Amino acid sequence: MSILPPHRLDLAGHRRRNGVVPWVAYHDDAGRDRLVEAVESAGLRGRGGGGFPTAVKLRAARSRRSIVVANGCEGDPLSGKDAALLTVAPHLVLDGLQLAAHAIGAAETVLCVHAGSPVLPSVTAALAERDDRVPVRIAEIPRRYVASEESALVHYLTSGDARPLGKEPRPAERGVRGRPTLVDNVETLAQLASVVLLGPHHYRASRTDLVTVTGAVRHPGVVELPSGPSLAAVLTAAGGETEPVQAVLVGGYGGSWTADLRLGLSAIPAVYALPASACGLEYTAKVLAFLAAESARQCGPCMFGLPAVAADFAELVRGGPSANRLAHRLPLLTGRGACAHPDGAARLAASALRTFTADVATHQAGGRCRVLEGVA
Amino acid sequence: MKLSVDPIACRGHGLCADLLPELVRLDEWGYPVLARGPVPPELAAEARRAANACPALALRLRKE
Ligand code: SF4
Ligand code: SF4
Repeated sequence: MSILPPHRLDLAGHRRRNGVVPWVAYHDDAGRDRLVEAVESAGLRGRGGGGFPTAVKLRAARSRRSIVVANGCEGDPLSGKDAALLTVAPHLVLDGLQLAAHAIGAAETVLCVHAGSPVLPSVTAALAERDDRVPVRIAEIPRRYVASEESALVHYLTSGDARPLGKEPRPAERGVRGRPTLVDNVETLAQLASVVLLGPHHYRASRTDLVTVTGAVRHPGVVELPSGPSLAAVLTAAGGETEPVQAVLVGGYGGSWTADLRLGLSAIPAVYALPASACGLEYTAKVLAFLAAESARQCGPCMFGLPAVAADFAELVRGGPSANRLAHRLPLLTGRGACAHPDGAARLAASALRTFTADVATHQAGGRCRVLEGVA
Repeated sequence: MKLSVDPIACRGHGLCADLLPELVRLDEWGYPVLARGPVPPELAAEARRAANACPALALRLRKE
């Protein structure tokens, strides 16, 4: 079963294609255990980028007063898979949300999307068609990059402040309004529904990944392909390259560059294919400027470090001698914020320096590179 | 024992680096960078003192 249908499915269409959740099989406490065991034996892992085993999260948040938060915010500009799912397969996501709520004994669920998101009509229409046991509330989250971080969602739903809270306590212990909270990405929930609808065995054998592909490919967009694809397979699924690709940004704005297309992916939401005619350093400098502007400005190393690194990169592109300063500064960002935002920026910058070594040298030698010289 | 900094609470006063230079240095923006690994037993008392002195209650000393 592919989780992304070719066009939007209403409730009847969803049931025809995917079947009906066999609730009777899971109805009592033993049933809840069986549900979590099914998720475990299916090997389901979080699809929001973290890759954490879903069964472990379900067990941690189990209590009779917990809350499930479905994260459909997708703050990364290079990622669109969750929006695609909510647009064409909202009922698969909602089945997964109900199953997660049932598994942990939640009486309340919240589906988070960005304020004014284009998925809202599809989600609202889908909810109106269903008669769910656990009510689903839609929350519109401010459009900021770090607002979709797990602790930021919990913070926002509790207090109206969408800034990250830090690593402790974990939402499973103290989440929304102090209640144990399970936060799962909407693709994870759709996968969870597939585990139940297909059975863990069949799911394991046929599971797929969604990847948003942009850049120098013929058909940019969301592709679905067998789990753990190589980068080359992902580019092929998006129609192939429109011109030679020199490197791929794997994992969105906080991801890493690689030139090795044989690399296998797991739980990677987005890839961007950089054409040979573009400058990877210039692209990276733009992304770093964006990430610096998106800091929630709570933690010193993020608030001051990100703009410093973004300025170093801009200078590097112009031909300044900032590479040494970057080598010194980048390690100072990692692990020093309350959320992973600075870590992602540092990872991106370091991977650019590694992947575009030759371009670093030419920029430094004269502020120009093969792209600006038109040699590419 | 392990030292940690709550990055949201920390105001970059730098007092910790004055009180515990063996384990804390400041980055170029004035925020503490902690030595890796557990606090050596001979510095435990000093580490406790530095944590208590942090005006933002951001520097913490925890049993592992
Ligand atoms: S690391 Fe940056 S984005 Fe994350 S909480 Fe701190 S200031 Fe905000
Ligand atoms: S004394 Fe406290 S607030 Fe000041 S820099 Fe050290 S940890 Fe941060």
